[in-house]
Amino acid sequence: MTNPYVPIIIMVALGAAFALISVGTSLIVGPKRYNRAKMEAYECGIQPTPHASGGGKVPIKYYLTAMLFIIFDIESVFLYPFAVAFDRLGLFALVEMVLFIVTVFVAYAYVWRRGGLDWDY
Amino acid sequence: MTTVSTVVMADTFTSASISYSALMPMLIVFVVALAEVLVAGFATRESRHALQVGLSLIGLLGALAALLLGARFHQGVTASVADAAGSRQLGAVVVDGPTIFLQAGVLVLALLAVLIMSERLGGIGADAFTPMGAANPGSVQERAAQRAGLTTSEAFPLMMLAVGGMMLFVAAGDLLTLFVGLEVLSLPLYILTGLARRRRLLSQEAALKYFLLGAFSSAFLLFGAALLYGYAGSVYLSEIASAISAGQPDREVLLVPGVLLVLVGLLFKVGAVPFHSWTPDVYQGAPTPVTGFMAACTKLAAFGAMLRVVYVGAAGDRWNWSVVVVVIAALTMIVGAVMSVTQTDVKRLLAYSSIAHAGFILTGVLAFDVTGVSAVMFYLVTYGLTTIAAFGIVYLVRDVQSGSEATHLSQWAGLGRKHPVAAATFAFLMLAFAGIPLTSGFVAKLGAFGAAVGHGGASGAVLAVIGVLSSAITVFVYVRIIVMMYFTEPAENAVEVVSPSILAKVAIGFCAVLTLALGIAPKLLLDWAANASLFLS
Amino acid sequence: MIQLLTPAALTAGLASGDTDQILHAAEGISAYGWLLVALPMLGAAVLLLGGRRTNSWGPLFAVAMSSGAFVVALGILVQMLGYDDASRRRMVHLFSWVPAGQFQLDAGLQLDQLSLSFVLLVTFVGSLIHVYSLGYMEHDPDKRRFFGYLNLFVAAMLLLVLADSYLLLYVGWEGVGLASYLLIGFWNHNPAYATAANKAFVANRVGDFGLGLAIMLMFATFGRVDFAGVAGGVSGASQGVLTAMGLFLLLGACGKSAQFPLQSWLGDAMAGPTPVSALIHAATMVTAGVYLVVRSHWIFEAAPTAQLAVVIVGAITLLFGAIVGCAKDDIKKALAASTMSQIGYMMLAAGLGPVGAVFAIFHLLTHGFFKAGMFLGAGSVMHGMDDQVDMRGFGALNTAMKTTWVTFGLGWLAILGIPPFSGFWSKDKIIEAAFVGEGWRPWVFGFVTMIGAGITAFYMSRLFFMTFHGRKRWPKKAHPHESPSLMTVPMIILSVGSGLLGMALTWLGFAGWLAPVVGEHEEGHPVLAPLTITLLTLAIVLFGVWLAWSRYAARSVPRTAPEGSLLTRAARQDLYQDAVNEGAFMRPGIHVMRALVFTDNQGVDGAARGLAALIGGASSRLRRIQNGYARSYAMTMLIGVVAILGAVWVMQ
Repeated sequence: MTNPYVPIIIMVALGAAFALISVGTSLIVGPKRYNRAKMEAYECGIQPTPHASGGGKVPIKYYLTAMLFIIFDIESVFLYPFAVAFDRLGLFALVEMVLFIVTVFVAYAYVWRRGGLDWDY
Repeated sequence: MTTVSTVVMADTFTSASISYSALMPMLIVFVVALAEVLVAGFATRESRHALQVGLSLIGLLGALAALLLGARFHQGVTASVADAAGSRQLGAVVVDGPTIFLQAGVLVLALLAVLIMSERLGGIGADAFTPMGAANPGSVQERAAQRAGLTTSEAFPLMMLAVGGMMLFVAAGDLLTLFVGLEVLSLPLYILTGLARRRRLLSQEAALKYFLLGAFSSAFLLFGAALLYGYAGSVYLSEIASAISAGQPDREVLLVPGVLLVLVGLLFKVGAVPFHSWTPDVYQGAPTPVTGFMAACTKLAAFGAMLRVVYVGAAGDRWNWSVVVVVIAALTMIVGAVMSVTQTDVKRLLAYSSIAHAGFILTGVLAFDVTGVSAVMFYLVTYGLTTIAAFGIVYLVRDVQSGSEATHLSQWAGLGRKHPVAAATFAFLMLAFAGIPLTSGFVAKLGAFGAAVGHGGASGAVLAVIGVLSSAITVFVYVRIIVMMYFTEPAENAVEVVSPSILAKVAIGFCAVLTLALGIAPKLLLDWAANASLFLS
Repeated sequence: MIQLLTPAALTAGLASGDTDQILHAAEGISAYGWLLVALPMLGAAVLLLGGRRTNSWGPLFAVAMSSGAFVVALGILVQMLGYDDASRRRMVHLFSWVPAGQFQLDAGLQLDQLSLSFVLLVTFVGSLIHVYSLGYMEHDPDKRRFFGYLNLFVAAMLLLVLADSYLLLYVGWEGVGLASYLLIGFWNHNPAYATAANKAFVANRVGDFGLGLAIMLMFATFGRVDFAGVAGGVSGASQGVLTAMGLFLLLGACGKSAQFPLQSWLGDAMAGPTPVSALIHAATMVTAGVYLVVRSHWIFEAAPTAQLAVVIVGAITLLFGAIVGCAKDDIKKALAASTMSQIGYMMLAAGLGPVGAVFAIFHLLTHGFFKAGMFLGAGSVMHGMDDQVDMRGFGALNTAMKTTWVTFGLGWLAILGIPPFSGFWSKDKIIEAAFVGEGWRPWVFGFVTMIGAGITAFYMSRLFFMTFHGRKRWPKKAHPHESPSLMTVPMIILSVGSGLLGMALTWLGFAGWLAPVVGEHEEGHPVLAPLTITLLTLAIVLFGVWLAWSRYAARSVPRTAPEGSLLTRAARQDLYQDAVNEGAFMRPGIHVMRALVFTDNQGVDGAARGLAALIGGASSRLRRIQNGYARSYAMTMLIGVVAILGAVWVMQ
């Protein structure tokens, strides 16, 4: 019987080979006609925004918004499975879910009070 | 925040049985943490500090009381469901001897850390933390916040959350709870690391590094958990142990990598080589009281979790993987000791010392015996006490002109003459780190090495010898600090030891006195550790 | 076989007829044996923690505590003399110290003939030196701290000799090391002195490492580390383990007692105040190694190889010290070399087994008196000569310092081994014991000790004549004067001991008193007749004295040292011991470091020497990996994980 790790090794080798070959081939084979657009950072096809003051940094507000979005996103993700089966889960799960929402709400209240939602602070 | 497992079996739901008395200590800590978040949001600027510190102390003391008066008498698995055969309960949280001991350890150490962390040094908020963590270092906003007297009172709820995570971590009965505990304790620590008032850039860099590498290591832990689940068909440690003893011939290949990857996640947290490289940077960059808290409590929690994973879950297969951990332990001791020799920054030096200590503790873990468990638990508590006091003193040694901490060793020259009490205490703590008799460090090392020699077989004996050698190397380092403080001319740039409030003094003094007391009469704590060293599986 | 008997259980033990190994619990004043350690410890605590408030009465308090311990020891001696031989060993249980799993260890004291001999020496000489220090340190601003350290030392030394287990002994062992370190560096404003303190510390750590390994080996082999347990387990242990244990113990003893090859620190340790040199680096602490070897005689008797190693180390050191002593012009360093050499004698005797062990301790006691007396004399000379130590600047001091001259002279006669002074009774017996045996050993070791005695006579006479006789070579400003009576009285008392102790102890039957502890002294048969040995030794000694007289008293001594022969120059450099250490350990380390380190190392890292430099080199190399980039850290972790999984793959 072959060593059970052999498939894993083959897998790793394949993965490495794919990465190296595809990047390497494009380096060798690909045409090298550079223009300004090609030297720019790629941001989903959108024209890169001008740099923020202080050099290459995104305003902290951007992250705040993103994080708030993720928090509420996760909250609703949790609510979905609960909603599907809440009749069978009973009172206990309902209490748990309320507690969960309260917990998130505490964080929300904090963010609101400390000015996290004021865009122009 | 409690983990309630609701397991789907065919079409019916079985709700988990929960013992609230057993979970009460954790619940108290988490509720207080939430309350503190609200305090940070709603209380007036002037009252925040007092409220936060007061709430934290009340919460920690209350949790300790709930632990010793309530949970201690409700030992067993909780948040549990019956296994497939219906013969026994599988718990997400296991409250047993080691859990009680380690949770009590976390709470006591955190209590002492809060006392030091709350030091204001005349300001309106804790002196260790920046007025505004989100501002660019040196920016207009930061200066404005400084002038406005803002404080980062969020440090306290963050710390409480970390404490809650640690308590869950040491009680985790399955790999998912283990992971949740790890994340809950880690995320607040990442933020705390970045909140230093002075040398902001260093602090932020440390926080980012800690976060990146921590996430990296969490991924390993999760991967390992997945492999173990694939092996045993369950994430419960006790089920994994049963699967190992029953043998899974067709899936054997998953077991050892699974165990080792889970251990990688835990070894990262304790700072074992080669997963140690974050330690010096983070210890140096974090606010010093936070460093003390991290060094003491994170190490305790991570080793506690490791003990459970190893002794409850993976011990049955130890012949196949322990040699790897033996090598790691040896490397950890050697690298930690050797690297500490050339350090010139006190905080980095203590970081490498903590790495070496992680190796010593690992030696005890690898004894695979109850004496190993009790020795490790004793070591963790005593090391924690010594560490908190040591960082507490580092925190108080300031440059006269800038008011920032004087952490370069050369600045400590001649400290013994100007500040005899602080220097003598620090020197004593260094001797405890070195493991000189009549300090708790000696008894702890003796216990760990003794367990390794007595039960660890040949590898245990080898590790003990390496341990003694590494200790001998580290003694140079500690003595060099003492030499600096007593036998060297004071440096030109004047350094002073600022006088803290009575709370911080009490905390540091308490730690130092216990370090001595546990060296002379360790019986009480050793007995407790020995009585609490049996895992429930 | 071995059991600790409380009075209640005593009858049961006696009933079983098992009396030879019974350990009796202490009663009466012996039960207060813990006071021996507690009193000086209290003194140290009060003085060191009490702060300036104790400045005025602190030193006197320290003297009282030390003397109090002596009084307690005398009481115990009186009580012990009342017991018969078999029941003289008394145990004082203190508390249950380390109850880690199956490794139970009680902290307790063991009062027997051996430990009590040490206790009496330490407390008596210690108290005298406390008194002497009142005068010697009178004008030192840090007098209180000094006495605190002295009391700390006495407490630790008493703990060392009273401990009933190797582990508690180790506590005392570290304690005296710490006290010695603090006292050598007492005048730490002088960087050279601080360096000397560090050097002592490093050498001692190497020794402590040996002792630590020995203790761990004992625990692994016997499961116990108390004396009774180890003694009982020896018969069941293998030869190889016992030899390793013996060699580790010897390494420990070499570090503490400045024996070859860890001898280099003792000369530098003379940087400490002279009373310290007298107490710690002559009379008591440095003899702890001898105590350790004698106390562990069960192990050494069962491991002949280790025993032979002890004898060889002793023989090398006694010649080494003697040769170095011949070339030193610094009065304290010459005395230090002599101490090293005399401890070599004790070590050699201790390694001879029961034939010599009793005389090792005997010589240790007499040496404690006469060497402490001579150190105090040297201190007195320095006191009168403005802290000058170069003997080439002395000469003819017998006119100016009569008391010092006479007391020092008695010590000189004692160390020479001239009958009837103390040294004769102990040293002559050691030489005689060295001649006992079969094959090549008695001839080699016997003649080594005999020639050593001759060299001793030469360099001690050289020291004595250069200091007290010949022509005046004083510096212009010197006005030598006799020291105050606080200093001379202890010197007089010690000199009485130098004169009479040997004779007194021989008449009182010291050998018989000690025999139950160190093994029955069997009458050996030297390969030469004892009288021949004695006469031959005396002849060699007198030749040494004559040689010294003709060169250093009859002839004039040049003010600056002549270049001297190759051997003289080598001896002046301590036979190149520092050079050897440097070449073997330090240089390679420095080269590695220079090649790798271009960061700031000044000041802070300067203290790291020898082996430490080697480690420092490795440390610097490793430090380059710690470059601060999160990506490299992540890479390290990844490599770690891959290596782990790779290793697992290979193993399976």
